[in-house]
Amino acid sequence: MIDQNIVKVSMADLNVIQRSGLIRTSGLGSCVGLTMYDPVLHQAGMVHVMLPSSTIVRGGEMNIAKYADTALPELLKRLLELGSSKSNLVAKMAGGSQMFAFGGNNDTMRIGPRNTESCKVTLKNLGIPLIAEDTGGNFGRTIELDCSTGILYIRSVQMGAKEL
Amino acid sequence: MAVFKNFKEVNMDVLKEIGNIGAGNAATALSCLLNKPIDMAVPKVQILRFEDVAEVVGGAERVVVAIFLRVEGDAPGNLFFILSVESAKSLLKRLAGLNISQNEFFNEMELSALNEIGNILSGSYLSSLADFTKLSMYPTVPSLAIDMAGAILSYGLLQYGDMGDDALLIDTMFLEGDQEVDGQFFLIPDPDSFSKLFKSLGVPLEND
Repeated sequence: MIDQNIVKVSMADLNVIQRSGLIRTSGLGSCVGLTMYDPVLHQAGMVHVMLPSSTIVRGGEMNIAKYADTALPELLKRLLELGSSKSNLVAKMAGGSQMFAFGGNNDTMRIGPRNTESCKVTLKNLGIPLIAEDTGGNFGRTIELDCSTGILYIRSVQMGAKEL
Repeated sequence: MAVFKNFKEVNMDVLKEIGNIGAGNAATALSCLLNKPIDMAVPKVQILRFEDVAEVVGGAERVVVAIFLRVEGDAPGNLFFILSVESAKSLLKRLAGLNISQNEFFNEMELSALNEIGNILSGSYLSSLADFTKLSMYPTVPSLAIDMAGAILSYGLLQYGDMGDDALLIDTMFLEGDQEVDGQFFLIPDPDSFSKLFKSLGVPLEND
């Protein structure tokens, strides 16, 4: 484990990993961590999506890794560039929780479920199957995908560890 | 990003003062509750990339006790009061006289007491700020979470998400004399609140 290659993905960020090692994102709350995995070439990509849709962007430069509707196509593009074929790719995701459960600005409150929903719609449009998910709840998650096996490891403070 | 582009040093100083007054009052309230002096660090105003925000509380995965409330009114925003698990235990022991378990979990009574402490401190932070700025600022009912700092704080950044990759935090730390209790306040004004805050304090932004 010590020399293992670990690729980190921070908030509103995306990255890819090839052959071996782990790709990780930490402290997902209402954000969604989505992975696409190619079991043939053993390569994977991960996004840490913060918001459901890029249509709300008010001018300026846009970080496409931040929004579900732009980050997922970009991740797919990156994997295709690395030689993956679309028919081999499968997706897993986790996160999208509601960290604080009370009223106020409703749109913001529901951002976790909306992120999850937007990821699903975008995946469907891209034609990539979602084979596992651990979303919702009111707790944070850290996720790690093992690029040699495709297993997604999920850790949380309240619910312990699980594998997808 | 656009909203921070016109900030001058004087604007940053005003935000620091906001942190100073808010956290100062909260520290006084805590000091009264504990009957002990509470020290406070000079507030920091930081414009941070999203990815760096969790670092100011010791990393995205660090487990913290957080009381969050949404500020509503003229200058909306998010207010977090964050404690380490050890500090929260220590606070409960001294304040509520609860016989605290040593594991990292909290029972219902302890959670309720923490919520109330957070409520008192955040409330005094906010009411002093409303007095100072003459703006109407009122809190929602606070909510408590014990979880990864990254998951908690990222929630406070969502309002910035559609305009850039940076957020502004007014961060004030306080310490009890023997350092058994330390906590951090984060006030994260919504992007649209800055011009109101600056105007009310007499240092409007140039393009306003």
